[in-house]
Amino acid sequence: MTTREQVVVLRRSIDWRALWQNIYQAVLSVALSLLIGAVLLAVSGQNPLVAYRSLWSGAFSSVDRFTETLVQATPLLLIAISVSISFRCQIWNIGAEGQMILGGIASIWIALTFAGLPPAILLPLSFIGGALAGALWSLIAGLLKAYAQANEVITTSMLNYIAVYLLAFLVHGPMKDPAGFNFPQSPLIARALELPRLVAGTRLNLSFVIVLLIVVAALLYWRTTLGLRTEIVGASRRVARQIGLSVALTIAVVSAISGALAGVAGWGEMFGLHFRLIEEFARGLGSLGIVVALLGELHPIGMLVAAFLFGSLVVGGNAMERNAGVPFALVDVIQGCIILLVLARGYIFKSRRSTR
Amino acid sequence: MNVELITFPFIVGLLAASVRLAVPILFAALGETFTERAGILNLGLEGIMLMGALAGFVGAYLTGNLWLGVALAMLTGTAMGLLMGFMSVTAKVNQVVAGLGITILGAGLSTLLFRQFFGLRSTPPTIEMFLTQPIPGLSRIPVLGEMFFNHNILVYLALILVPVAWVVLYRTRFGLALRAVGERPDAVDTRGLSVDRLRYLSLIIGGALAGLGGAFLPLASLGLFWTQITAGRGFIAVAVVVFARWDPVRALWGALLFGGAMALQLSLQTLKLPIPSELLLMLPYIITIVVLVVVSRRAEFPGAFAVPYTRGEK
Repeated sequence: MTTREQVVVLRRSIDWRALWQNIYQAVLSVALSLLIGAVLLAVSGQNPLVAYRSLWSGAFSSVDRFTETLVQATPLLLIAISVSISFRCQIWNIGAEGQMILGGIASIWIALTFAGLPPAILLPLSFIGGALAGALWSLIAGLLKAYAQANEVITTSMLNYIAVYLLAFLVHGPMKDPAGFNFPQSPLIARALELPRLVAGTRLNLSFVIVLLIVVAALLYWRTTLGLRTEIVGASRRVARQIGLSVALTIAVVSAISGALAGVAGWGEMFGLHFRLIEEFARGLGSLGIVVALLGELHPIGMLVAAFLFGSLVVGGNAMERNAGVPFALVDVIQGCIILLVLARGYIFKSRRSTR
Repeated sequence: MNVELITFPFIVGLLAASVRLAVPILFAALGETFTERAGILNLGLEGIMLMGALAGFVGAYLTGNLWLGVALAMLTGTAMGLLMGFMSVTAKVNQVVAGLGITILGAGLSTLLFRQFFGLRSTPPTIEMFLTQPIPGLSRIPVLGEMFFNHNILVYLALILVPVAWVVLYRTRFGLALRAVGERPDAVDTRGLSVDRLRYLSLIIGGALAGLGGAFLPLASLGLFWTQITAGRGFIAVAVVVFARWDPVRALWGALLFGGAMALQLSLQTLKLPIPSELLLMLPYIITIVVLVVVSRRAEFPGAFAVPYTRGEK
């Protein structure tokens, strides 16, 4: 069954058998990917058991570690929701990283430039600014796809590189902290603007709750007219045209929504974690978010579970690099394997159900 | 700004650098031309180039023989191309997402293997690179000699591959079958040729050449390997193929355009212009988008582009 058909099924009723099969195959894909990682480690002379034990304890061994897993899951989940809306419309937007960077830049710029405003106004303003900047950055590729047929995979990946250099330019130049000992970073935002912590002494903050609210919003999105429109254009451009929908307009709107969500992810990282612009705050989160979206079958609840899994992989992977000396790149390899296995699962796991 | 630095030799040097910087993109774009002509979009090119770069570097480092590095890079590229073949031809999955998966896998695997081979070092391992071999006589031609005939052997190989690819694509039975598979796979199937086999072959060619393109960076341009060394060249190569409308000769011009953008960016930095280097570094990526927009309206994609083929389907 293709994703498109699944979208239609999800709207009708829950097909428990298909759902069970999806979960079972997703778990199998993850397990197989971990196995491939273990073989790679064993071949290059490291003990995979030590590495994975270090990974596990890095992610779950204490309340502190566990909250850190949730901290990492936060932007991943938001980016996954962002790309899932595009993907369901058959827009292969891989530009979440760039959109997130623009969101971070705009929200910090607002917080620093209008520092005189009361926090109750400035914080929502920075949120809106971050969302808008992400939306506009995404809209570049969206409009180019809608009206000039420019392949969005290429434009969004190019826009990612441009955003990375833009951020580097800003933190080395115009937005550099004058009192920052020449470090490439912006000044800190006011303390009053920092998002409150959910658990004292950890980094888990309000942005986690906001993302959970966005998950609910995403569930509702697919019940709105716009959600249905997104699905129809995704299922068939031809059918959409025949029933009088503007395909180009839908592509533009969906791109903007996706970009806004990625922009909010940038805002959350800024106001919840870093409190200032730093280089590479978004590094790798874009592609990781896409993996989360695919593993979660582009469904908000599925992505919630997948984001948690990958949050733990990232936190555990960092601990593994620190404690067991295993490169973090192992986690990237596992990610790549998961994408390919999840995609080809119908073929590899010989589904009994017919695929077409 | 040091205007007096903009001399005739400076400009000739810029043009020669454009050719050299175009070569990795050209290799990958020529291979992708075959792949896309057969109806497959391989967006895994970036990951394949990274794996090629790693394999080329490791091969040359371990054996001390640059040609073994080239061979290992092409073999690795072939293996990655076969993986894309499994995904797109056999398992018939969405090619965009499969390509993305291969790119992520290639990026992770090349970094991981590099770390496992060399560990963490204060000074990165280096290799001796292919030497510049001026072609006697031809390299003396003003401007053109410096541009095209004063390079290392891999550059010549890339330039020779352009007409070779053209002949294979337009003047051989294999090329005809390949083009037909991209337009009307059902027709090719009816004639008794294997659609799957032709598409796998196109991915082997594409993978091997992308591996070679990636290996050019450590073996003939930088002498080093680092994470993400290809910096988006795989994606740029895909853009070049669309720009070239699936023609090897136009792919050369496309690759030269991007090589030119990269060379310009580098030489503008040496001129100490009052433009920050970060903004100059954006140049090739901005040009890619602009060019893609200009050509995409006219582009006529192969009829069965990115559509898996199953016998009996309409």
